[in-house]
Order: sequence, then structure tokens, then C-alpha cells
Amino acid sequence: MKKSRKRRAKEDLILDFVVYTILIFLVIVTLYPFLNTLAVSFNDALDSAKGGIHLWPRKFTLYNYRSLLTRSQIFHAALVSVLRTVLSTLFCTFSTAMVAYTLSRKEFVLRKLFSFIYILTMYIDGGLIPNYFLIRNLGLTNNFWVYVLPGLVTAFNLIVIRTYIIGLPESLIESARVDGAGEFTIFTRIILPLCKPVLATIALFIAVANWNSWFDTFLYNSSNPKLSTLQYELMKVLQSANTMTGSLEQALAQAATGTTNTITPRAIRATMTVIVTVPIAVVYPFLQRYFVHGLTLGGIKE
Amino acid sequence: MSVPFVIHVIIFKYIPIWGWILAFQNYWPGKSFFKQAWVGFANFKWLFNDPVFYQVLRNTLAMSIIQLVFGIISSIVLALIINEVRLVVFKKTAQTISYLPHFISWVVAANLVRDALSTDGGIVNELLMKVNIIKEPIMFLGIPQLFWWIIGASHVWKEVGWGAIIYLAAIAAVDPNLYEAATIDGAGRLRRIWHVTIPSIQPIIVILLVMNMGYLLSSGFEQQYLLQNGRVIDYARVFTIYELDYGIKMMRYSFATAVGIFRSVVSLFLVFAANYLAKRMGQERLL
Repeated sequence: MKKSRKRRAKEDLILDFVVYTILIFLVIVTLYPFLNTLAVSFNDALDSAKGGIHLWPRKFTLYNYRSLLTRSQIFHAALVSVLRTVLSTLFCTFSTAMVAYTLSRKEFVLRKLFSFIYILTMYIDGGLIPNYFLIRNLGLTNNFWVYVLPGLVTAFNLIVIRTYIIGLPESLIESARVDGAGEFTIFTRIILPLCKPVLATIALFIAVANWNSWFDTFLYNSSNPKLSTLQYELMKVLQSANTMTGSLEQALAQAATGTTNTITPRAIRATMTVIVTVPIAVVYPFLQRYFVHGLTLGGIKE
Repeated sequence: MSVPFVIHVIIFKYIPIWGWILAFQNYWPGKSFFKQAWVGFANFKWLFNDPVFYQVLRNTLAMSIIQLVFGIISSIVLALIINEVRLVVFKKTAQTISYLPHFISWVVAANLVRDALSTDGGIVNELLMKVNIIKEPIMFLGIPQLFWWIIGASHVWKEVGWGAIIYLAAIAAVDPNLYEAATIDGAGRLRRIWHVTIPSIQPIIVILLVMNMGYLLSSGFEQQYLLQNGRVIDYARVFTIYELDYGIKMMRYSFATAVGIFRSVVSLFLVFAANYLAKRMGQERLL
């Protein structure tokens, strides 16, 4: 008996050791690439080329950031990224909530049909070319609104919000109606405030997806540099990696000639990566519980 | 109130499907719709006779399966491990950090992967050289046979923490009485994991596995597109890259549409098959 308890304690210790080792390893593997990129972005570009930069810059400089952030191309792309994220989040969340409310009303005759029309879109997709032709025929190529309009109401978000609304007590809506409130008043005054938790989660997902998106810029707006986004700029830098072929690299290299400062593709990539990642990394620790909340919401689709 | 939005979804989601008739024409830009030449199934014949198509199919399936299998296994193992941590602060911190990569874009992730694997100062080469496994840095992203595994590994790196959440929720729902009973029967922690936790979450594992089978033809596109290069393209080409390179860039719009139709229809079939299977296993999901 005693022997087995001893063995148990030993087993416990080994297990604890293994568990903590693996988790610490995971944390390191997850964080190292970010921290390394951060260090390279603050390090002198030529010095970085010698290698050996790990978690801390060796020759600290702000030149990489200065030369990138003062370029109107990058500044403008950042502006477009912020604008599309903010507008999409506002419009999409509000529209999705509105449709979700109508589809949650049992007295609405077309409820079943409309729900079906939305749910079907989760499974079929026109494909690249037909979508492109549609966007072009609608005059949305080289147009800012292509970032906001196509994804206004998506089926998944719709179902999540609708499920939430159906779970609200019916009596609240009825009593408002007795008091003479119209449907729109009920929606804005009662439904929206009650849905705050689910709306916060959905809004966050929409915001992250918009901030991270580059393919729509690539497909629809790549010929208009004024509509470029940060992710797309970073993607272009990545595609021309290791060569000085991209227009941005050439411009920056030119700007650096004659001065004591130099910039390399690696430094540009690192600095751009940090600029693109910082907004997410900053809000993430405060909002992560909403993110996780969203996943469990997705689990109660039925 | 919702009518304008339904019109919106019909425009943006259903009109493109009407565009599928492009695949049965020999579309030429500039001509009006009625003047396009009708070619029947010629584009599909082209597609099924194209050796590149089979390469694309192979790459897509291979990467999907690697992602699916390793994604699920790594997430389950992580969930089991996190569940064993008794220090609440450490547990919370590790978990929060583990799903951070899920929220960054593939553009950023591809940049990080490229840096980690680079030949000048990439951490992977540096470590391998330090422990004397290799003498010269290896250009990992230039080796065709490695590409699938790099995609798989970067997928696991990005999604392991996020994927673990759902299993953690399942583990939290396990009846504590079972653990108590197992302890009284003399089971240690390892045996409790093996005989209680894993069997308890087994249904959810099977369901997630089956549900994800519906997405076998959509192994993603961004990571392949962003990490590929000329040397590995024969192993990196997935459907969307195929559509871009062999359709749009060569102005074969009808052909690219046919590729899209093939993928959509097979995917639809897979999703319904997966749903049917899941239902047969006693789970009501989605449809």
C-alpha cells in the first residue's frame, strides 16, 4: 500500500515535469518568431545581415520604422486598412443583427425561406472567376466599397446572432409592443442592448478578418495603389523576398544611398510585419475572452 | 426590414453561380454574352486530360489530410496537457499565448515561417547546426518533398491552441464522479487520462474529424500561395493557385470557371456526405 503511494507520487512528479516542459516549449515556439522579428525591426539593417539577432536588438535604431512610416504608400495603406476595418465592423454587425432579428420572429412568414437562402451560401460558392466578373460588372473593382459590401451579412454570423436572440425572453419584446413600440424601436432599444455580448464577439471576428484580409485587394484593387491595404503591402514585400525587385524596396534603397543608414529586404519585412501585427497584439490580451466566447457560441448552432 | 439584405445575398452569392454557364462557353472578354461560342463540356474535358489537374488534386488532398490529422492530434494532446496543469496562472497564460497565432494573418505567419527557416540566421538551421545534425544550412523552403510538411507544421503552429479550446470544453464537461471512481479503483493520473478523459471526449473527436472531411478540397490557399516559390510549385499548387495561374493569368476564364465548378460540386458532395455520416453517428449538426 505504502509502496504504491510512493510510486504514485513519483508518477505525479514525472507527469508534472513532462506537462510543464511541453507547455514551456510551446510558449517559446509560439512567441520566439514574434520577438525575433521585433528585435530585427529595431536593429540596424546591415548589422542584422550578419546574423545572430535573437530576442534583443544589437545595434538599436529607429531608422527602419522612420523610413517605412514616412513613406506615403505605407501611411496610406494603413489608413485604408483602418477605415475598412472600422466601416466593415460597424456595417456588418448592424446589418447582421437586423437580419438575425427578423429571422428570429416566429410570426414572419418568409422566415424559413430566407433562412434557407442564407444557410445554403455556406455550402456553395460561385468560384473565383464568376465572383470576379460580378464585382467588375457592379463597378466595384478599384473601389473602396468592395472591402465592405460583399460580406455584409454572412450566414455563420447570422446563425450565431439569431440563436442568441431566440434565447432571449419573449415577454420583453411583447411588453414593448404593448407599450406601442414599432419593430425598429424594439430592435434598436431592446434587442441590440440585450445582444451586447454576442455582438461584441461577432464584431471582433469581423474586425480581425478585415484587418487580416489581403486577397480582395489583390484581386480587385491591385491596380489602384490608393486602395492598397497594409496586409497587401506586406504580401508584396514577402513575394519579392530576398531580392530588391519590389518597388518599395527599390525606393527605400534609393532613399538610403548616400546616408549612413541602409535598409535590407529582411529589415523591411520585419518592420512591416511588426506594424501589421501590433494592432492585433495590443487589443488581444484584453479581448481574448470575447474571442474564446465566440468559439463556444459557434458550438450551439443548432 | 430584411428584404434588402436578402436581395444583397442573392446578388453576391447566387448570381456568381449563374456565372457557371461561362464554363460551357469559350468566353472571350469584350464580346456580349449571347455572342460567346458554346462549347459544351469541352472545358471539363480539357480539365480531366490535364496532368496538372491530377497534381493539384494530389497536393490538395495530401495537405488537407496532413493538416487534418496533425491538427486534431496536436490539439487533443495540448488540451490534455493544459488540463493537467494545476497552477491556474500558468495555465491561463500558456493558453492565452497558445491561441495568439490564430488571430494573425497568413501574410504575417508566412513571413515568420520564412524567417525561421531561412538559410542566413534562421533559427531552425541555427539550432540544427549547433547540435551538429547538419553542417551547412538547408534551404527548407526550396525542397519540394518538404513543402507539404512545412505547410502542415505551420498550420499546427498557428492553430493548435485555438483547436484545443473545443476539446478543453469537452474535457470540462466530463462527469467528475468518473474520475473519483477511477481514483478509488487505484488509477493514477495517467490512467485516468487514458481510461476516463480520452473515452469521454471520443465522440467529439470523431464528429470533428468527420465534419472536417467535408473540407478536404479546401486545404486553404493563402499559406500555400504565400510560402511557395518556383522550386516547389509542383508540390504547392492547390486549386485556387491553379485557377489563378492556368486560368486568369492565361486569360482562360472559361477553363478557370470549370475548375471552380469541379471544386465546388465535389466539396458540396463531401460536406453532405460528412453531415450524413455525423448524423448516422447520432449527432445533429447544422443541416
